[in-house]
Amino acid sequence: MVSPRNVPPFADSETRKRNFEEVNKGFDAETAVSEASRCLQCKNPRCRQGCPVGVNIPAFVNEIKNRNFEKAREIITADNNLPSICGRVCPQETQCESQCVLSRLGSVAIGALERFAGDYVLGGKSVALPEKLGLKAAVVGAGPAGLSAAADLLKYGFDVTVYEAFHIAGGVLSYGIPEFRLPKRIVRAEIDSLKAMGAEIVTNAVIGKSYTLDDLKDKFDYIFLGTGAGLPVFMNIPGEGLNGVSSANEFLTRVNLMKAMLPDSITPVQRGKNVVVVGAGNVAMDAARTAMRLGADKVTVVYRRSRDEMPARKEEIEHAEEEGIRFMLLTSPVEVLGKDKVEGLKVIKMRLTEPDEKNRRRPVPIENSEFEIECDQVIMALGTSPNPILKRSAPDLETDAKGVIKVDENGLTSVDRVYAGGDAATGAATVILAMSAGKRAAAAIYAAATKK
Amino acid sequence: MYKIVRKKQLAENVNEYVIEAPLAALRAEPGQFVILRVDSEGERVPFTIADYDPDKGTVTILVQTVGATTELLSRLDAGDSVADFVGPLGNPTDLTKYDKVLLVGGGIGGAVIHPQAKLLNKIGKPADVVLGARTKSLLLYMDEMSRYAARLYPMTDDGSYGEKGFVTDAVAQLIKEHAYDAVLAVGPLPMMQAVAEVTRPAAIKTIVSMNSVMVDGTGMCGCCRVTVGGERKYACVDGPEFDGHLINFKEARMRQGFYREQEKEHYCRIRGEIKNG
Ligand SMILES: Cc1cc2nc3c(=O)[nH]c(=O)nc-3n(C[C@H](O)[C@H](O)[C@H](O)COP(=O)(O)OP(=O)(O)OC[C@H]3O[C@@H](n4cnc5c(N)ncnc54)[C@H](O)[C@@H]3O)c2cc1C
Ligand SMILES: Cc1cc2nc3c(=O)[nH]c(=O)nc-3n(C[C@H](O)[C@H](O)[C@H](O)COP(=O)(O)OP(=O)(O)OC[C@H]3O[C@@H](n4cnc5c(N)ncnc54)[C@H](O)[C@@H]3O)c2cc1C
Ligand code: FES
Repeated sequence: MVSPRNVPPFADSETRKRNFEEVNKGFDAETAVSEASRCLQCKNPRCRQGCPVGVNIPAFVNEIKNRNFEKAREIITADNNLPSICGRVCPQETQCESQCVLSRLGSVAIGALERFAGDYVLGGKSVALPEKLGLKAAVVGAGPAGLSAAADLLKYGFDVTVYEAFHIAGGVLSYGIPEFRLPKRIVRAEIDSLKAMGAEIVTNAVIGKSYTLDDLKDKFDYIFLGTGAGLPVFMNIPGEGLNGVSSANEFLTRVNLMKAMLPDSITPVQRGKNVVVVGAGNVAMDAARTAMRLGADKVTVVYRRSRDEMPARKEEIEHAEEEGIRFMLLTSPVEVLGKDKVEGLKVIKMRLTEPDEKNRRRPVPIENSEFEIECDQVIMALGTSPNPILKRSAPDLETDAKGVIKVDENGLTSVDRVYAGGDAATGAATVILAMSAGKRAAAAIYAAATKK
Repeated sequence: MYKIVRKKQLAENVNEYVIEAPLAALRAEPGQFVILRVDSEGERVPFTIADYDPDKGTVTILVQTVGATTELLSRLDAGDSVADFVGPLGNPTDLTKYDKVLLVGGGIGGAVIHPQAKLLNKIGKPADVVLGARTKSLLLYMDEMSRYAARLYPMTDDGSYGEKGFVTDAVAQLIKEHAYDAVLAVGPLPMMQAVAEVTRPAAIKTIVSMNSVMVDGTGMCGCCRVTVGGERKYACVDGPEFDGHLINFKEARMRQGFYREQEKEHYCRIRGEIKNG
């Protein structure tokens, strides 16, 4: 008989919806051991296939069961540089946990265990670095892709300089994902350990403006581009220029990076009373829950497909609902209403078509089904595309029509000695994929450097 | 930290800062801007690059004290530092391809046209320059401009110096008398809009510099968006300078005022007029 899945404690929904404390409190050691003991240690572990980077899940879970917490962490970090972060933000229910043989009884809580092991030595123990190769690598962008590439390049013996456009490193981990889901001290610990390993992190450096890619090629032996996909998409509907319409990126950056939620912050942010968020991914959930925490009376998520298609992590959707966020599904905005400020949103009802060959159901508008909803703030969380700055300064860097950098399986771009990975090379994706792209490119760079 | 090498008061509430920022100075060009934060809790605010020296690694900005951040900045002196300083951002505007250029600066807009005037002079195509301000003491960079301009037309609202009137009066007159290939107008939105209206009937290429509210300055937040010829553009990565005849000024003016109430409160708090809480 397998015991039921352990659930970590969550902050009370009525209190937490007005503060920025972390919602999921994580396992304590006893619960972690008890949860780890539920694992059947399958001979052919399917969870591992569900993990985009193939972490040796049964092995680390077994170490937790045996209370070798540090060892558990080491096993994870062989494949994943950011266990504390991925344990918190990976969509485990569609990855490792979905493959667990216990899934019908309640999969092993692999994400929560990963987080526990990661936090056990926050930021990781210092590692002995090999002898220097005498080669210099530049990493552009300090998001998960860049941080992970930088860490591995250091471990291979490169001298590493990281250039970051913002005044703080971390990428989306710092400016996008809110404190209540990913406390910034976790992100800082990763950055600090990178610095302790000897990385030079240069903030306020926009590559393509301060230095061009050619400048970096002159100064460095190898370059990794982890510039993300930060350019927000709007809908191109009338009224989007009105005051009170913003991208989720603007809204979240003002709060997360500029701390606009604090009463004495100098950075302003709109605190709507009746807020509509358009979209249903993690970004939309984060924006909706942040709006609630800034004091909204009512927050509504408007999404053109149905519940089954909502791309956000399941836990975030559940938490949003507990916090009183409403969902208006199969509905799509057609116009933002208002004179010079947002006063409402005109929307249209949608239906899903029959599944096509790829088993995808498209949303199509239902004629004459428009109606209006009242609101004083509209936040667009419709996705992002890669930032054009770097590309504009480097014409021979090949990209697709959307600006996504073209790379081969090692992350090599069309430009000699220049690699890329993460959202910049895939379009908006996930932390774990960005992390692994950085790791893969670092290995490829090392291989190329030592072959010569 | 980025050190203030020199500070000079140019007029009431207008200071010039020379700041040590080698990365920003390296490739700076006329028309570009920087974003700075005064301290580690600061807001990110944009300022035009008024001058630059890649050899010394310095960038010059002109700052008018209008609110909380600029007030904090005004309290700093040479030797002090600002926490963050990033640039050059935005696209340079290349006026060197035109033979006869008219530069129009209103108020702090003199900062923006200063590097253009300097460059056009250097390549032997000195521009005509109209500088406008409320009153004499607010006319910026008069000495430098008289050196660089082919002809300089100062204008004051109160007639305390140069001609009495608005910059548009001078522009309307000048475009009748001279054939300009391009006009660059920089200043408050209503002034740029007015200049664009004056040059529109004559179909003279008119470039304006959009001072939208910004956060990142790298195309990441969309808060600087402006509508140009019906298309959405980001002032920070597509601009800041655009064709003045295509800008939707009505929307731009509305958007600029969005955070005004909150900003006012921050300003009063910093000046001690409101207590925290
Ligand atoms: C609000 C939000 C919530 C999310 N939630 C989740 C989640 O729960 N789970 C999950 O797996 N994923 C989530 N994601 C997606 C995930 O964060 C991204 O896929 C991931 O961060 C991509 O990493 P990256 O390193 O490629 O890019 P980024 O994290 O975007 O980092 C890129 C960095 O490069 C810098 N940069 C860009 N251009 C330049 C330049 N020219 N010069 C110098 N620096 C530059 C940027 O400033 C930035 O710091 C979320 C994203 C958002 C926005
Ligand atoms: C590309 C660009 C170039 C600029 N160049 C100069 C310059 O050379 N010299 C100069 O004195 N000013 C310049 N400005 C305007 C300057 O950025 C604002 O005056 C400054 O942000 C005011 O900050 P504050 O906190 O002191 O005042 P606030 O009280 O915040 O605001 C006062 C006014 O400034 C505007 N403003 C506020 N925040 C921002 C922001 N983040 N971005 C843009 N505008 C904002 C508001 O519309 C408001 O009406 C420029 C703006 C842009 C976008
Ligand atoms: S300032 Fe954020 S996109 Fe332009």
